[in-house]
Amino acid sequence: MTDPNGVTRMPDPADPAGPTDPTETAGRTETAGRAQAQDLAVDAVSVELAGTRLVHEVSLAAAAGQVVGLVGPNGSGKSTLLRCVYRVLKPAGGAVRLDGDDLYALSARETARRVAALTQEHSAEFDFTVAEVVAMGRLPHRRGFDAPTDADRERCAGALRRVRADHLAGRGFLSLSGGEKQRVLFARALVQEPRLLVLDEPTNHLDIAHQLEVLALAREAGPTVLTALHDLNLAAGHCDLLYVLRAGRIVASGPPGEVLTPALLAGVFGVRATPVRHPATGAVQLLFDRLDRPTRSDRADRSPGA
Amino acid sequence: MNRAPTTRAVGPPVRRIPAVPLAVGLAAALLLSLVCGVAFGSSGIALPRVLRLLTAGLTGGRLDADEAAAYAIVWEIRLPRTVLAAVVGAGLAATGVAVQALVRNALADPFVLGISSGAAVGANAVLLFGAFASLGVWAVSASAFGSALVAMALVYLAARTAYGLTPLRLVLTGTALSYGFSAATTLMVFAADRGEAARDAMMWLLGSLGGATWGSVPIAGCTVPAGLTYLGCAAGRLDGLAMGDETSASLGVDPDRLRRELFVVTAAVTGTVVAVSGAIGFVGLLVPHLARMLVGAAHRRVLLVAPLAGALLLVWVDIASRTLLAPAELPVGVFTAVLGVPAFLLMMRRRGHAFGGRR
Repeated sequence: MTDPNGVTRMPDPADPAGPTDPTETAGRTETAGRAQAQDLAVDAVSVELAGTRLVHEVSLAAAAGQVVGLVGPNGSGKSTLLRCVYRVLKPAGGAVRLDGDDLYALSARETARRVAALTQEHSAEFDFTVAEVVAMGRLPHRRGFDAPTDADRERCAGALRRVRADHLAGRGFLSLSGGEKQRVLFARALVQEPRLLVLDEPTNHLDIAHQLEVLALAREAGPTVLTALHDLNLAAGHCDLLYVLRAGRIVASGPPGEVLTPALLAGVFGVRATPVRHPATGAVQLLFDRLDRPTRSDRADRSPGA
Repeated sequence: MNRAPTTRAVGPPVRRIPAVPLAVGLAAALLLSLVCGVAFGSSGIALPRVLRLLTAGLTGGRLDADEAAAYAIVWEIRLPRTVLAAVVGAGLAATGVAVQALVRNALADPFVLGISSGAAVGANAVLLFGAFASLGVWAVSASAFGSALVAMALVYLAARTAYGLTPLRLVLTGTALSYGFSAATTLMVFAADRGEAARDAMMWLLGSLGGATWGSVPIAGCTVPAGLTYLGCAAGRLDGLAMGDETSASLGVDPDRLRRELFVVTAAVTGTVVAVSGAIGFVGLLVPHLARMLVGAAHRRVLLVAPLAGALLLVWVDIASRTLLAPAELPVGVFTAVLGVPAFLLMMRRRGHAFGGRR
């Protein structure tokens, strides 16, 4: 199926944990096969801000334990949709369900016990220590003036160890580098003990090693992950399932290998994409170029694997 | 620019004082200072005698006839004044913490929302023109509080948007309306051509506890502890709010709702405090910073230490204001500024306390 813009439409994923090509999704082994229980269901969600409709009846689903990616050009509504899921922005229509419960029917606090988010907010006016920032993750589980319990402290220390940031515990959060901050915020999300982890561009401003690290952490963390990503190769390598957004609508979805086709990328991102196989791992990587730039492949089609 | 490798820690870990022992120490110092506040004044009363007079008042013991004058000074003049100083100091410090979290700006203080300059309009209407004379001795306080509430409503309505109260809009609206209120006050001072009245107005604008009686204690004595209790319960949510709206929401804290609550609590506490003491500056800015520097930014600890420190500071500042040039009395605001400005500059230059996140 092809719409007027030349975008290949993938069949709607009634079974979000559908078959995936094992060669293209190295690193995830059992999740795709076992997880049939639907965890997150975004159901025909529309979002309006200042009278402008930014997201149009978007539906997506993630099974328990899956890592689901959201890709699309700038301004396509990725962050807006994610903000609906972590309950900052109330949708104008539709529902966000987790295990069948409508998140907006729950209290903000109850939602925060089930959904944790790694947002793009990295600044703070006040100089909290790393330990204090991580301890905030226990906020939805605590009440009023309650001091953190020993169990809370143990959870926080464990989360910091898990992101390899335990040596930073006594340090001021503002003195950390971008990569350290991201790991600390990740630890805070972990101590929330959520069923769903929402990541908004978790690799922004990180060097390549930290990008790979943060996505590996997301995979290991346990809960279902919904993440917006700019880097399509990272998305292809780390997600079980991808949804492609353009102008607030889902235009394609499915396993990365099926979704990230040159035709779709030309239609959605306006780039020429050339898939190549990684000589060592066999994973497909995409090379990008402007659409109007002539290449050698204009003369002879040299698509890899052919 | 100076990005260090992520594996190497930059600088030493933050050093902090345990909050609970510090709070206990401050509370003890405050009790002692309250006694000192009663003892010191234009006519000094020896400490043992102060203690005897205070216990006599509490237990209903008998006193000699020649002690009646000293008893009156202690119980009717100095004690209410000292207690009020402590309450006002605690209130200003606590609302300072709240406003800084509310507008997410470390340079904010309770007066940035325009409430105090609003209160000044009402207070000066009474001081200069004798408005609401039927209220008698309560006229200044009642009028100040009333106009503080009006100012609060105006700021709230002007700053409100469809997306709730945003920090920047609150600060800008509060600042802009403050100028308007100040202009109204200045106009009144010029319109009233009584030299004495203008001096009263000046005294009120700089803050003074000179008018304190037992009658002025109850209102502030109720709202300040109530406000402190609310803020104490909201301490965890304040941490979330201080990290940003998105973070706050993802931690289950509705930032708009919390900001509305904070706005009302701050306005009520600031309004009642300003109504009885005038606009005492710098306490709400300086003390929260001092507390953060000592015990860190976590609001649970800051809100334990800051009110005690604010109370302690104001008790001593009040003692200074009425003893240094006795029998003349200086406005408290002069002392808070004289102490506050150098202390603030010193704190800003100190390493280990970040302002605005860059160091």
